[in-house]
Amino acid sequence: MEVALSVNGREVVRDVAPQELLLDFLRDSLGLTGSKRSCEVQVCGACTVLVDGLPVSSCCYLVAQAQGREVTTIEGLAERPEFERLEDAFTRHAALQCGFCTPGMLLTVSALLESGELGSEEQIKQSLSGNLCRCTGYRGIVEAVADLAGVE
Amino acid sequence: MTTTVREPRTRTQVGVSRPRRDAAEKLRGQAQFVGDMLVPRMLYGKVLRSTIAHGRIVSIDTTAAEKIPGVVCVLTGADLSDIDPYYGHAIKDRPIVAIDKVRFHGEQVAAVAAETPAAAAAAVDAIVVEYEELPVVADAVAGVAPGAPLVTEREMVPGLFHGLGELPERDGNVCYRYALDKGELEAVFAHADIVVEGEYTFPSVYQYAMETHTVIAQVEGDEISLWATCQHPFLVRAEIADLFGVPVANVRIQVPYLGGGFGSKSYTKMEPLTVALARKAGRPVKIQNRVGESMVTTRRHNMRATMRTAATKEGRLLGREVECLFDTGAYADNGPRVVATAGDAAPGPYRWSAYRVDAACVYTNRAPSGSYRAFGATHLQWIGESQIDEIARRAGIDPVEVRRQNLLTPGEEVRSGGKPLDADLVGDVEKVAQAVGWDEPKRPLVGRGVSVGLLAAGAHPVSSAVCRLEADGRVVVLVGTTEMGQGPRTAFAQIAAEELRIDADRVTVRGTDTRFTPYDRSTGASRSTTVAGLAVQRAANDIRRQLEGIAGTDDVDPDDYLALMRKHFGFAGGELIGRGEVTPVGTGSYAEGPVFWEVCVGAAEVEVDPQTGFVHVRRTATAADVGRAINPLLVERQDEGATLQGLGNALFEEMVYDEGLLLNDTLLDYRIPTFEDLPDAMTCVIVENEDGPGPFGAKGCGEGALAAVPAAIVNALADAGVPMNELPLTPERVWQRIQELKEEGKWQN
Repeated sequence: MEVALSVNGREVVRDVAPQELLLDFLRDSLGLTGSKRSCEVQVCGACTVLVDGLPVSSCCYLVAQAQGREVTTIEGLAERPEFERLEDAFTRHAALQCGFCTPGMLLTVSALLESGELGSEEQIKQSLSGNLCRCTGYRGIVEAVADLAGVE
Repeated sequence: MTTTVREPRTRTQVGVSRPRRDAAEKLRGQAQFVGDMLVPRMLYGKVLRSTIAHGRIVSIDTTAAEKIPGVVCVLTGADLSDIDPYYGHAIKDRPIVAIDKVRFHGEQVAAVAAETPAAAAAAVDAIVVEYEELPVVADAVAGVAPGAPLVTEREMVPGLFHGLGELPERDGNVCYRYALDKGELEAVFAHADIVVEGEYTFPSVYQYAMETHTVIAQVEGDEISLWATCQHPFLVRAEIADLFGVPVANVRIQVPYLGGGFGSKSYTKMEPLTVALARKAGRPVKIQNRVGESMVTTRRHNMRATMRTAATKEGRLLGREVECLFDTGAYADNGPRVVATAGDAAPGPYRWSAYRVDAACVYTNRAPSGSYRAFGATHLQWIGESQIDEIARRAGIDPVEVRRQNLLTPGEEVRSGGKPLDADLVGDVEKVAQAVGWDEPKRPLVGRGVSVGLLAAGAHPVSSAVCRLEADGRVVVLVGTTEMGQGPRTAFAQIAAEELRIDADRVTVRGTDTRFTPYDRSTGASRSTTVAGLAVQRAANDIRRQLEGIAGTDDVDPDDYLALMRKHFGFAGGELIGRGEVTPVGTGSYAEGPVFWEVCVGAAEVEVDPQTGFVHVRRTATAADVGRAINPLLVERQDEGATLQGLGNALFEEMVYDEGLLLNDTLLDYRIPTFEDLPDAMTCVIVENEDGPGPFGAKGCGEGALAAVPAAIVNALADAGVPMNELPLTPERVWQRIQELKEEGKWQN
C-alpha cells in the first residue's frame, strides 16, 4: 500500500506492507536510526517519536497510521532552534549515559514542554515514566527537565 | 649551576566536571550502535530457541525452512563437526548451538540467515524440532539434591580466562566451589552471647541493558570481522580465534557505543553463533536479540544462603559462617568468578576471630548466569548486614556505632595474602548515615538502615594505551575500554590532557577496533579509570618525556609543542607516539591484589504501608570512595544509576521460573525502576582521600552502590518493623510477613 506522510518536515511517499511498523520504516527505509528498538511492548520509550506533535511508541505504531500526518524524529528535533536549550540542559546536568534512551526521552520532553505539563518535580516524574533509562538513575534527567521547565 | 624551584602545578583538567564528550552525538541521535550499522551484502540472522528446559533433541527438520524465499542457510549443530564447538572463558561447557541436548528454556537450537528479517523469522517458525524431555533441575537446591539429574555430562575443560587457579573436578552439578576458613569457628560460636542465624533467598535478575545483544559477523577465508556489543573485545577475540582455529590477529572486533552493559555484555555472548552462521552463509550476518532473548543470554545468579553470626553481648563481632548455593544455569559463564567474589565479600569488612565460607556454583536447567554490576557483593551484603543490625538490636547499640567498633580500618588485612584495606569505611558510613538524617526523629512505619561492604575490584590489571600527538596539536588516545555510558572517553581525555597540560577538548578518544587499538583486558570490575586510565596517563606522560627530550629541558610550555615537533621531524608533519602499559608485575600494589577494594557503603530511609505491604524509599545515600574524582559529576551519576538498579533489585525485579520455564520474558511483566521510583532524596557523597592506585590517586566506582542499597533498604525496613530474608521485597511478600509478625505478636507498629 502507498503511504504519504511528512517526516521531519519533508514529504515522503512510499510503498509499504500494511503491517510495517513506523519504527522499521524510519530506521530501515529512511535511515533515521536515532529512534531505538528495545522492549517492543510500549514500556521503555526508546522508540518514541512525535506524530502530529504527540509522543507515540513507533515500535507499536503502523506506518499506515501515520498517513497524512507529521512525524518528528530526533534527527528532525535536533534541527530546530529550540533544541539548543534541550541539548544544553542535558549536557550541563549530565542527563545521559549510554545514550540509547536519550532520543526518545528528548522527544517526550519536548512535547511536554510544549504542552506546559511539567509544573512540578512530581509532574515531571509522572509524565516521563513512560521512558525508561537504566543508566542514569533519572536524577540528572529530572534536574535537566526541571531546569528547562523553570521548576525550582 | 642554578636550581629552579617551581610551585606544584595546579590541576586544571582532572577534578573538574567537564561535559561528556559524547553528549552532542548521543543527544542528536547520531551516536552509532551496532544495531544501526549495515555491512555490504549483509544478511539477517534469527535464532530458533528451545521451548523446553531439558531434553534430548530427537530430530531437527529444516527442509521447509530452507525453501522459504530469501533464506540463504539454516545452521544446526551438525554444521560444526569440523571444529571443537565448545566455549566458555571459565569452563568450556557451552556449544555454539545445542548439540544432541538442550539444557535451558531459550537455548539456541538452530539459526537462519536470510535476505530480510521477515524471511528469517518465517524460516525459524518452519523448523521442526522433536524433543524427548528429561527431568528438570529447577534450581541450585535441586541441583545438589542426592540423585539429581546431571545438567551436563561433559568433562570439565578449563576456559582460556578463568583466572581461578586449578579448577576442581566437577562434583555432580557443582562446577566450582570457593571456600574461606579462618580461626576456630566452633569455639567462637560456643562462647558467643549473641548468635543470629537465618536462611535467605536472592532472585534471578535481568541486567536490562536497553540495547540488546547485537552482533554483525563476516568471515572471509581465515579472517573474521565482528561488530559487537561487547565489553571485553580482547577476550572475545581470543575465544573466537580459539573456536574457529584462526590466529588471534585475524579476528577483528570493532566496538562502537554500547547501549548499556552492566556486565551483561561481558565475555563471549552471541558472537560465536553469529560467526558460525556467517561462515556457513558466506556473507555477513547480523543477529539482534529481542529483550526476551537477551534475558536468557545472561542474567544475575539466583542464590540460597544460610548464614550465622556470633557476637559478645556488648556487640563485639566474633565469627561468621556462610553457606551459599549459586544457580549458574545450564552453562558456567562467569559463575565461578561470581562465586569467588561472593565468597570474598561474605564475611564483610569486620575484625573477625573466625569465619568459614562455603560457596558453590551449581548447574541447573535455567538460562546461564554471569556478571551483573557488583556481583557477589550484592548477593551477600544484605544478608550479612541484616545480621549485624540484629546484633546491634540485641546488644542495644546503635547500628552505626556497632560498625564503628567492628569495621576494619585502613591498612588492616581484609583477606589473608590480599591487599590490605585502602579505604576509610568508618568515615564513609558516618557520612551516609548523616545524609539520611540518622539522628533525626522519625514517625512509626519509617525506618533507617546503613550497610557496609567491600568488593574486590579491578579484575586482572592488564591494560595498554597509545597516545598520538598529531601535527595540528590534537591528541588521539587509543585504548580498549568500551564506552557503555559510564564515561571513559570523557575521563580519559581529561587524564591525558592533565598529563600533557593541554585542554581536554584537544583530546579525542574513540571506540575499540582490535586491529588498531592496543590490548585492554576488559571493561568491568570498576577498573577502567583506575587501570586503563593509568595506561592512558603513562602514554601521555611518554609523549611529554619525548617533548622534554627534544627540548633538552623538563620545563616545556605546551604552547611550544608544535615548534618542538617541527624541530624533531623537520617539517609540518609526523606524530609523537606515547605508549603506556599496566601489568601486575612490578607495579607495587597490583602484585598482591585486588587492584583496590571498592567500598559498598549506603544508607536508606523507607516507609512501609502495612495495608498494602508497599515500601516507599524516601531517602538514599551512597559513598563514592573514589580516591580522586576525575569528573565529579560523572561519579555522582554513576552512583545514582547504581542506586536505582539496587532499588529495583531490592524491591521488585525478579525473573520468575516455573520448573525451568521463564514466565516473564518481557518488560511488561519484568519491571525495572521508572522515574516514579526515584527516592524523594538521593545523595552521593564523594570521598577523596587520594588513596587509589589509579591516575592522580583515583580508584574506580559505580558498582558499590548497587551492593549497598539493597542492604540498606532491607535494614531500613527491619528498622520500620519488618525483617525480611527474601528478595525482592514485593508488596505481597512484605504484607505476608507483616501478617506473620502480627500472628507471632511481634508487630510493633
